[in-house]
Amino acid sequence: MYFTYLRRELRRRARQAVVVAAGLAIGIGLVMIVSSASAGVKKAQGQVLHSLYGVGTDITVTKTVTFGSGGPQRFNFGGGSGSGSRPSVTPGTHISRDTLRPAAGESTLPASDVAKVAALRGASAATGGLVLTDTSFSGTIPNYSEGGKFSPGGGAASGAGASGSESSGASSFSISSTSVDGVQISSSDVGPLTSSQVTQGSYFTPAQNTAKVAIVSSTYATQHGVKVGSDVTVAANTVSVIGIAQVPSGGAEVYLPLGAAQSLSGLKEDVTTIFVSASSSSGVSSLASQIQKAIPGSTVATSESLANQVTGSLQSASKLATSLGKWLSIVALVVAFVIAGLLMMAAVSRRVREFGTLKAIGWRTRRIVGQVMGEGLALGLAGGLAGIVLGIAGAEIISAVSPSLSATVGPAFAGAGAFPTTFRHAGAAGRTVLVHMSAPLQGGTIGIAVVLAIAGGLVAGAFGSWRAARLHPAAALRRVA
Amino acid sequence: MSAQAANDGTPTKTVDSHTGENMRQPTPNNIYELAGVRKTFGAGPDSVKALDGVDLEIAQGEFLAIQGPTGQGKTTLLLLLGGLDRPSAGSVLFDGRDLATLGESELVGLRASAFGFVFQTFNLIPTLTAQENVETALVPAHTPAREREQRAKAVLEELGLGDRATHLPSELSGGQQQRVAIARALVKNPKVLLADEPTGNLDENMRDEIVAVLERLWHERGLTLIVVTHDSTVARRAQRIAIIEGGRVSAGDRSEIGRQAAPADSLEPTFVTS
Repeated sequence: MYFTYLRRELRRRARQAVVVAAGLAIGIGLVMIVSSASAGVKKAQGQVLHSLYGVGTDITVTKTVTFGSGGPQRFNFGGGSGSGSRPSVTPGTHISRDTLRPAAGESTLPASDVAKVAALRGASAATGGLVLTDTSFSGTIPNYSEGGKFSPGGGAASGAGASGSESSGASSFSISSTSVDGVQISSSDVGPLTSSQVTQGSYFTPAQNTAKVAIVSSTYATQHGVKVGSDVTVAANTVSVIGIAQVPSGGAEVYLPLGAAQSLSGLKEDVTTIFVSASSSSGVSSLASQIQKAIPGSTVATSESLANQVTGSLQSASKLATSLGKWLSIVALVVAFVIAGLLMMAAVSRRVREFGTLKAIGWRTRRIVGQVMGEGLALGLAGGLAGIVLGIAGAEIISAVSPSLSATVGPAFAGAGAFPTTFRHAGAAGRTVLVHMSAPLQGGTIGIAVVLAIAGGLVAGAFGSWRAARLHPAAALRRVA
Repeated sequence: MSAQAANDGTPTKTVDSHTGENMRQPTPNNIYELAGVRKTFGAGPDSVKALDGVDLEIAQGEFLAIQGPTGQGKTTLLLLLGGLDRPSAGSVLFDGRDLATLGESELVGLRASAFGFVFQTFNLIPTLTAQENVETALVPAHTPAREREQRAKAVLEELGLGDRATHLPSELSGGQQQRVAIARALVKNPKVLLADEPTGNLDENMRDEIVAVLERLWHERGLTLIVVTHDSTVARRAQRIAIIEGGRVSAGDRSEIGRQAAPADSLEPTFVTS
């Protein structure tokens, strides 16, 4: 009787039932789409951070130079390409230098800090790395007496591998820079480069820690015609290429074993960055606090804090999803719930005689309330089902369209002390990474939809039930008498 | 002439040995005893007195018609008799229990078992078939589905609607709908059948048909039948007519009747006004 009555009643006011269910469906579908889009934005953020930050890394630890303790990149001009006596700057003299140093403003940490961090509670793995820039400068000292003007070649160092040249009279200077990362060879998948990224050749073996071998990015290899077995020059040393890796945009161009990088940069027993993986995502902030205490003066950056410093359409999408999308969903849901409730109340009002009669023949109020609640719940579930279909369709459309989102690490961060060295490639003109957004549906999202559907049904039912419960049978029967 | 207690007995107050509930011992053979019943709607100067001191006794198995002009309190009185409303003052004894003070749960219980209602507008659930409508009266008693079905079918057969059991109310004539409503009222075997203008929405032929059905059931089942009507033709079929006017009731003296279960045609109701 319960279900027969419920089914027939909903069928009788099918149009109204469709309106209520559709309202709930739109609200629930919107929540699902926003939720999926939000997950997609987070995933895109993860991709961006991955490219700028390191594989499997939750936290980076760096140390910035204290003002006055460091200084700008300097070249020790000497004859030839090696070290020697103070240079003679006689016009016409050819000079050449190739240095490997941390990016401007970055300092180093003792390599022993890596073990210290790895031992902290909540740390899954930690590796050290050297994030360096190899800068080569060569040219001939101009003869000022001949009217030549000196103007250092400073081509906009936009991105990796920037170079510039200047020529005036007899002089000719060229400057180029290559991003170089020193990679700690370990079995953990944490750090700027892991074995899984190597597409040609091989990854470093532990025995190669101090060997002059390198893995280059596929982009670098293409640009410079480098193949496995080729040689590249780093800090005026010939290094043999043993592998080519697929590196996300924003990564280094050349990767060296940490020992070799330390040796070539003169930073023995030092690292510039510690890449840390947390045991759980919920423990990242706690671990960051521990690291901050364990290594005073260090800059501890989490992926979340970095995400907040990235600009571009990705950030806009993130804000859209978390602010506008969230509120839009809430408003849509509230409106749907209220409309559903009011329509249910109106339906009960039209059934005053019906419920008055049922009360007259002995139906208890709770039985009538149960009937109305059942109708509301059925509408909620129908709306929820339609909403889930709508949500899945919306998420699929977003994934199919796959809109491009850009993440810009811009000039605003140049020189920002709190920014990790992994962003050294950002450069003065900023660097933009493009990612494609998807809207992955998660089990939790569908669970939320089901809960919302039930809640919507109960809210709608509660409105109607409230009206039905207050109905006095005599008053109901008098109204229609 | 005012209503009198049957057998000249005055109700006495007793206490139920099980529940401690105050009970007035009804006069033997009286199923209802109303004393000083008032019903006022609203408060202050705008209040309306629907009933103004009604004293009335109704015997077990009696067929009483309550007649009077529109708006004089007929339906209000019927609702009080059916435990659907409470008086503002006075007592409504039903089988010794005062419906004015009975708990809501007990009132619901009585409505589910002791009272059967028939309304002018039939009040059938439009989405349920005739049989399902009849079954709704058995839902409060938690009657098993199969038994509900069997009993509903049996009553519909008894009222000549066996072939209409699966029809929706909209597919039935007014007379058939009212018969379904009567079946719904009777399926739970109530002690009292309360009908509020049962023929008010019917033409003459159907009116006669429904009155005949009610008389037959009253006759065969020994029901107490209380019919509110403004139709003198219907009222004249009752054993006794209570006239309600200005919120007060005048009723016939049952001692003069003594015709329960007599053929309807031979009935000449006692017709008394104050």
